Amino acid sequence: MSYGRYKKNHPWLYHKKPPLLWWVKKWAYVRFILRELTSLGVAFYVVVLLTYVNAVSQGPEAFAVFSDWLKSPLSLGLHGIAFIFVLFHSITWFNLAPKAMVVHLGKKRIPGRIILIMNYSMWFVVTAGFFWLLTTV
Amino acid sequence: MPHQTSLKTVKRSNEPFWWALFSAGGVIAALCVPVLLFMTGLAIPLGWMDAPGYEAMYTLFENPLSRLVILVIVSLSAFHWAHRFRFTLYDGLHLKHLNAPVAFFCYGCAILFSAYAAYSLYSF
Repeated sequence: MSYGRYKKNHPWLYHKKPPLLWWVKKWAYVRFILRELTSLGVAFYVVVLLTYVNAVSQGPEAFAVFSDWLKSPLSLGLHGIAFIFVLFHSITWFNLAPKAMVVHLGKKRIPGRIILIMNYSMWFVVTAGFFWLLTTV
Repeated sequence: MPHQTSLKTVKRSNEPFWWALFSAGGVIAALCVPVLLFMTGLAIPLGWMDAPGYEAMYTLFENPLSRLVILVIVSLSAFHWAHRFRFTLYDGLHLKHLNAPVAFFCYGCAILFSAYAAYSLYSF
C-alpha cells in the first residue's frame, strides 16, 4: 500500500520508540537483559584462557608475569563478576534446554525432566573432569 | 498474471548458520567455562588450590589434544558471544536500524578471534 506524496499524519509518526531503559521496570525484563549480558562474561574468559596458553607458550617469565596479573585486584574483581555471569548462563541455558529440545526415543518423547537431569549430570562430569585434570597435572 | 516466485530469487537466510554456532557455543560455554574460570581466575590466584607449575602446564598444552579442546572452547564460545551480544544491542539499545554493521562487527570479531586462536594454538 502506498501513501503517495501524502506526508502529514503518516502511520509511522505514531510509532513511539520505547525508552532505552525499557527493561528496568520489571524483574523478568531485567533478568532477560542480564541473561543476554552473560555473553560478556563468556567473552572475557575465552580471551583470558587464550592469553593463559600464549603465556605458557612464551616461556616461564611470561607465565610468571601473567600469573601475577591473575592475582591483582583488577583480575580477581573481573573474574568474580564474570564467574557470577557464567554461572547464570549455565543455569539458564540448562533450564531452557528441555523447552528448546524435543528428543524422541522410538515413538516416545523424552520428558523434559530427564533432559534436565542429563544436562546437570553432564555439567557435573565435565566440571569434575577439569578439576581432576588441573589437580593431577 | 499469477504471482510467481522463482527459486532463484529466494534469498536464503544465513541466520540458522549463526544460530547453530550460537547454540553449540552456548552448550560448550555452559559446560566448561564456570569450572575453568573458577580454577584459573579465582581458586589458584587466591591460593585455594595448588598452583600448577610452569612445567606441568607446558606439558599439558604441548599435547595437541589439549590445544584442540581449547580451540573448540574459545572459538565456539566467541561465536556464542557474537550472536547473543548482537541481539543484546538490538533489544537493549534499539540498534535495529544498524542491523548490518552490528552483525558485521560481532561475527567479524568472533571470526578474527577464532583465526588468531587457531594460529597461536597451532604454533604453540
